[in-house]
Amino acid sequence: MSDPKDLPAHLTGGNFLFSETKPELVFTPEDLSSDEREMASTAEKFMDKEVFPHLEALEHREDGVAMKAFRSAAQLGLLGLEVPEEYGGLGLGKVAAIGVAEQLSRLAGFGITCGAHSGIGTGPITYFGTEAQKRKYLPRLAPGELMAAYCLSEAGSGSDALGMKTKAVLNAARTHYVLNGAKMWITNAAWADVFVVFAKVDGEHVTAFIVEKAFPGVSTGREELKLGIKTSSTRRVILEDAQVPVENVLGEVGKGAYIAFNILNLGRFTLGAGTTGAAKDMLRAAVKYAGERQQFGKPIASFGLIQHKLGEMAARLYAIESALYRTASQMDQVKATGEMVWSIKAGYPRAIEEFALECSAVKVAGSEILTFVADEALQIHGGYGFTEEFSPARGTRDARINRIFEGTNEINRLFIPTNLLRRAAKGKLALMAAAMAAFADAQKEPAAEKTGDDLASAQLLLGRAKKAVLLLFGGAHQKFGDKLIHEQEVLAVLSDLVIEIFLGESAVLRALKIRGHSANAATHADLALTWVNDSVARMENRARDALAAMGSGEELRMQLGLARKLLRWTPLNTVAMRRRLAARLGAVGSYPALIAAK
Amino acid sequence: MKILVPLKRVPDPDTKIRVKPDGSGIETDGVKFAVNPFDSIALEEALRLREKTGAAEIVVVTIGGEECGEQLRTGLAMGADRAILVKSAAALDSLAVAKVLAAVCQKEQPSFVIMGKQAIDDDSNQAGQMLAALLGLGQATFVSKLELTDGHQRARCSRETDAGIEHVAISLPAVFTADLRLNEPRYVSLPGIMKARKKPLEELSPEALGVSAASRTRVLKVERPAGRKAGVRVKSVDELIARLRTEAKVL
Repeated sequence: MSDPKDLPAHLTGGNFLFSETKPELVFTPEDLSSDEREMASTAEKFMDKEVFPHLEALEHREDGVAMKAFRSAAQLGLLGLEVPEEYGGLGLGKVAAIGVAEQLSRLAGFGITCGAHSGIGTGPITYFGTEAQKRKYLPRLAPGELMAAYCLSEAGSGSDALGMKTKAVLNAARTHYVLNGAKMWITNAAWADVFVVFAKVDGEHVTAFIVEKAFPGVSTGREELKLGIKTSSTRRVILEDAQVPVENVLGEVGKGAYIAFNILNLGRFTLGAGTTGAAKDMLRAAVKYAGERQQFGKPIASFGLIQHKLGEMAARLYAIESALYRTASQMDQVKATGEMVWSIKAGYPRAIEEFALECSAVKVAGSEILTFVADEALQIHGGYGFTEEFSPARGTRDARINRIFEGTNEINRLFIPTNLLRRAAKGKLALMAAAMAAFADAQKEPAAEKTGDDLASAQLLLGRAKKAVLLLFGGAHQKFGDKLIHEQEVLAVLSDLVIEIFLGESAVLRALKIRGHSANAATHADLALTWVNDSVARMENRARDALAAMGSGEELRMQLGLARKLLRWTPLNTVAMRRRLAARLGAVGSYPALIAAK
Repeated sequence: MKILVPLKRVPDPDTKIRVKPDGSGIETDGVKFAVNPFDSIALEEALRLREKTGAAEIVVVTIGGEECGEQLRTGLAMGADRAILVKSAAALDSLAVAKVLAAVCQKEQPSFVIMGKQAIDDDSNQAGQMLAALLGLGQATFVSKLELTDGHQRARCSRETDAGIEHVAISLPAVFTADLRLNEPRYVSLPGIMKARKKPLEELSPEALGVSAASRTRVLKVERPAGRKAGVRVKSVDELIARLRTEAKVL
């Protein structure tokens, strides 16, 4: 087990909290190559022509329709993007994958079918498989000849995944592991040929196995009746003395948890991309409807409260999209260093592990932004929105699951600060030193603010917000010590602040990067500043909750004063900004066109 | 066999078209561009002919700025072998386009040219016909079916005309223009996009080809079509006939 080499600061996960990032160092959607755009465009056309025309049949799970669409998507190369070329894939990275995932997720049930296959289903073999396993499975998984699924949850172990009961016992001949148990809520269960199953060897050592449907003792339960993502198949996978050859152990016996959680990180990132794509589609529907629907003799898009909604939807999309691309490129860059980690395999696990915090952040933020955007799209449609005639009804149903799977948002919120604490303990991040420095800094009189440059002011504000969250970390640590991990409410506040800062900073850096390079830079500034302006208030509110739980009286008043000082911000005229955004959205028709260069 | 397929960069058919306030053209702000759909059909036909006959080199060509390289890459990603970009800053009218294409044909000596019957941006429907005339070649326009015969020396085509489907036989080389029903173009696959990166894209200029690319026509003004008046609902067939007689005056 050799220690991986240190990475440059800007390629270190969580580092954004401790330093200022230069706009040139962040990757933004504006930096996409024409090839990457073309790939997303293929996915878009495919969805428009091969998937949405069969919406009814897909959502009613008519026989063979979803499989046909799945195979066509695979034939176009949409599902083998990240499989290395030598195993029949395209060997591309996360940046290229986002645009495709966004498109496929416009029909969430189909997106999850594809994502469960190519991400969490195929990913474990790509990143943790032996040469023989990769040769055997990947060339058939990449072109969709075989479908994959990921089996971790059980009836009694969802969030507590490692509390699984499924057991694996080596047979007397030492040729096969015999698996017994049932895996719950398995996406693709009805159709999958290959299951990546987690089970405890001798009831103790969590281990990953590649289980073929054709192996003796493998079956599936009845189809679950779900609230949304109805195109997808969700069933139990039942293992009754299932015979799994020893060569189908994935990674090593006892290393299953490492595989399970890294793959979940990967899934969380893809989910962030998928929710963003679904939300863009909802905004497109809302813009179209608001422009066509007449009330009081004019389109409802001309009313302030509708404009407010449209502008806000766009601003939130901008924030999550900026965070997604920033992280994707960091992961790709780490992968490109070729650094190894652990005794089991290659670059990506390190990239995934390195940016676990960011993956959780885009999962939480993406799913909650989609919830908001789908709901507002439905509201803009009024009574029609409550009918199946328009897409927001389905969009609202489909959005809901995203806050549950791939780790509930609650679990992810606990994960973010504990990940920071863990990395600090390992010496990867100087969390406590930074907290002390932040405390010393906060006592000093602040430097004079720049005026007339709102993006620069936003950047300064975010710098101070980082100090605020570090102070909060320090305070919480002082107050609760090692018991901090049991203070879930405080951890969630820390998490919310980290997410707000991460998205806000990504948005501001993106707007700064495009400034001076595009006639449309002002739109980018409006989007970033609308987010930051409202984000400050949210951050202050959350910080107050945590501070009040940690102290009282004079001490509390002092802490609150400090928080207020760090988060001071003169409100911007977001009414005007949202109106401008809504007007441009109406003129160009969609979010991608809104941000496109003039 | 060598097939030349001209491609034009046009606003994506799904994009929202807005006219510039001064009427000088359309807004390109926030507009996505694509290969002219009729040209995609032409390229698809070339690809299918190659798949059927086994051997053919397919060359895609366009005229315009650096940005038109994107559409050529799309053509390469669909399966064309190489691309030619004739660099020109000015917007060209149909005759100027035909002259440049004729010069490319002189250089490339293709077995035939197949292109869209018209571009969806200006709907001129002239470049193909003019190209055939300039080269002194036969032409089959609005083709909805194309078949090579006589050892690829001739072709049989179905042409869609107002009077019905016309069947013609034509000697090669010739110029074909593709109609909507000729085929359904394939998607650009992701492996195709990756392969396209490695295919050659040659840049030429009208000067290097020895042609003048000056337009003889000029767009004076672009304006939105007048909005359609709302329809009326009639209560009976009698009323309909009466109104067709008295108001619409078509009976």
